[in-house]
Amino acid sequence: MIYADHAATTAMSRAALEILLRYSGELYGNPSALYTFGQRAKRVLEDARSETAALLHADAKELTFTSGGSESDNQALRSAAAIGAAAGRRHIVSTAFEHHAVLRTLEQLRREGFSVTLLRVPESGIVRAEQVAAAIRGDTYLVSVMFANNEIGTIQPVAEIGAVCRERGVLFHTDAVQAAGHLEIDVKSQNIDLLSLSAHKFHGPKGIGALYARRGIRLTPLICGGAQERGVRAGTENAPAAAAMAAALSECCAQLPQMQEKLTRQRDRLIEGLSAIPGSILNGDRLQRLPSNVNFSFPGIEGETLLLLLDQRGICASSGSACASGSAEPSHVLTAIGRDAETARGSLRLTIGRETTDAEIEALIAAVTECVTALRSLMHDRSDNT
Amino acid sequence: MKTALIAMSGGVDSSIAAYLTQQAGYSCIGCTMKLYENADANIPRENTCCSLDDIEDARSVAFRLDMPYYVFQMTDLFREKVIRKFCDAYCAGRTPNPCIDCNRYLKFEALLARADALHCDKIVTGHYARIEETDRGYLLKKAADPAKDQSYVLYMLTQAQLARILFPLGGLQKQQVRALAEAQGFVNAHKHDSQDICFVPDGDYARVIETQTGITPEPGDFVDLQGNVIGRHDGLIHYTVGQRRGLGIAIGKPAYVCGLDVPGNRVVIGENADLFRRACIVTGINWISGEPPQEPVRCEAKIRYRHPGQPALLEFTDSDTARLTFDAPQRAITAGQAAVFYDGDTVLGGGEILRTENE
Repeated sequence: MIYADHAATTAMSRAALEILLRYSGELYGNPSALYTFGQRAKRVLEDARSETAALLHADAKELTFTSGGSESDNQALRSAAAIGAAAGRRHIVSTAFEHHAVLRTLEQLRREGFSVTLLRVPESGIVRAEQVAAAIRGDTYLVSVMFANNEIGTIQPVAEIGAVCRERGVLFHTDAVQAAGHLEIDVKSQNIDLLSLSAHKFHGPKGIGALYARRGIRLTPLICGGAQERGVRAGTENAPAAAAMAAALSECCAQLPQMQEKLTRQRDRLIEGLSAIPGSILNGDRLQRLPSNVNFSFPGIEGETLLLLLDQRGICASSGSACASGSAEPSHVLTAIGRDAETARGSLRLTIGRETTDAEIEALIAAVTECVTALRSLMHDRSDNT
Repeated sequence: MKTALIAMSGGVDSSIAAYLTQQAGYSCIGCTMKLYENADANIPRENTCCSLDDIEDARSVAFRLDMPYYVFQMTDLFREKVIRKFCDAYCAGRTPNPCIDCNRYLKFEALLARADALHCDKIVTGHYARIEETDRGYLLKKAADPAKDQSYVLYMLTQAQLARILFPLGGLQKQQVRALAEAQGFVNAHKHDSQDICFVPDGDYARVIETQTGITPEPGDFVDLQGNVIGRHDGLIHYTVGQRRGLGIAIGKPAYVCGLDVPGNRVVIGENADLFRRACIVTGINWISGEPPQEPVRCEAKIRYRHPGQPALLEFTDSDTARLTFDAPQRAITAGQAAVFYDGDTVLGGGEILRTENE
């Protein structure tokens, strides 16, 4: 098997897995309990919070553990919307190619009376800070722009957008689910007020993530109940998962420069190899993209069929986000950057990771080339017959 | 080893079709075609994006049988080739059979293309019909279970398609299929047979047409056979030839829709006796053998799915159009429905009813 879908999820690192197992087995006490055994779990939880926060250049008190990226996005947007509404500012600026966790929440907020501007995304897949500045109105309270796109991997000028928001007195949220552990994040220098991340995208466990909220930004609970997480996220804390997440993020950040170099080299070889397929189109900017992301369209080919052929060869790839049924959905991201329906349907996302070998890159190039060629000749046969 | 792609709807029939194909020694791949979004069928959107329960049932059966399983995204194609045609037909005063278009464009065209891509020799569905290979090509025949026979909705199959299709249920009775499903412990052994049009689950097809086309049907006049106005109707799409219920008019006898006058936006009302016609014109005819006859043909013809089939004479006027004349007048021959021609159990061919003809 060749695993080329790291943007969907990653294998847990050995260190994270060991921590998760050890703490789940030995340190199962409830972190909110009075007795010492529970308090030991509380300490693990708080150490994880400090460690994770430090890796983002944030304070521990600014970090809330959640169930993952979607919950963090929901809570960030809902909290900022509530604060804005209290001040009579009910306008939100975001982009057309955000993750559905953001887009669906914005749709819901719109139904609740908020007004939402979704910025158009240039073909490069990179939103410009001037676009954000132009969209901010007197009643704008929140801007939400993702750190890096999950389908085409393009990296957004987060620090510049953050600076615009600071200057205009608007909160800035960024969905950093694809960026955390893979790109340099510094919430202070990048002017970020709210940031979402998810552990399983950087070799941590599934079911845990975090929401950074700059000191002074009051979060609205999505889940009511006990006073865990300073009253903003009820439910018994998952200390083992939080510790595993911190370990995984720490490991990624420590390896960041070498890993970026390795992945960039492999990514560029993959792009070079797949560019040789006649008619192939790279989606997203060639350079300003995640070192792990390759996204091509092969017009005239059903992306879905290509994925099945690759699956038959043991290659795990994707065409973007999947629907609840497990079928390939037409990509709203590719539509947003102006690809026509046919090109959007014929897309392939390959996302590599730290385990990916050079031999696998060559195997991917060979397999995709063969499958695309086979599908094209099949289509020609059919049009010859009719 | 020969390979087969199984179209699995999540129902008991296609699940047993998958099981039997595997038993017959094929290497199988299961798949479900995602045909429509719930929103297309006026199902509240809620949290799901498709008929998830059916897909999960199909997946569960495929997992039990240990075969690879995929969901194919075909909503765009289904909207274009089936739902839109369905709406257009109703708006033009015809009564369509969307299952036939789904078979024609989705199951035996788009799905067959997927089968080619996946190097599958055969595609398999849970239809009740039989395919027989003879030295003069393939025959399409009625199912062994007359109550379940679906050969009517398969008249569009060509020799090239028949060579690639398996209908494992064609020789079985429905009770045998349910018994097999129980014996296998399939989740859907007791699931109800699907009855209505899949994208109109509540039967309110007019509402689906209004949602899809954005057109609110224009009310108009009910007229009698002489053209006298006898009431107001709610818009042509609400009526079909032979309909008695929901008319809300009294003529002293039971009133029936006898015709739809599209240019005049009028619904013609008459008595049951006024519905009988002997002849109609059939277009877009597919002849299963591939060679339509030069001479008039005696056959039994069915003019709707539940029609028992009646003796008739078929005379081609050009390569895909013919006049069909029944020995005895038939009730409510309806434009838009299929006429399918049989020689005993064998399907000769079929086409779409264009209009009735007076002798």
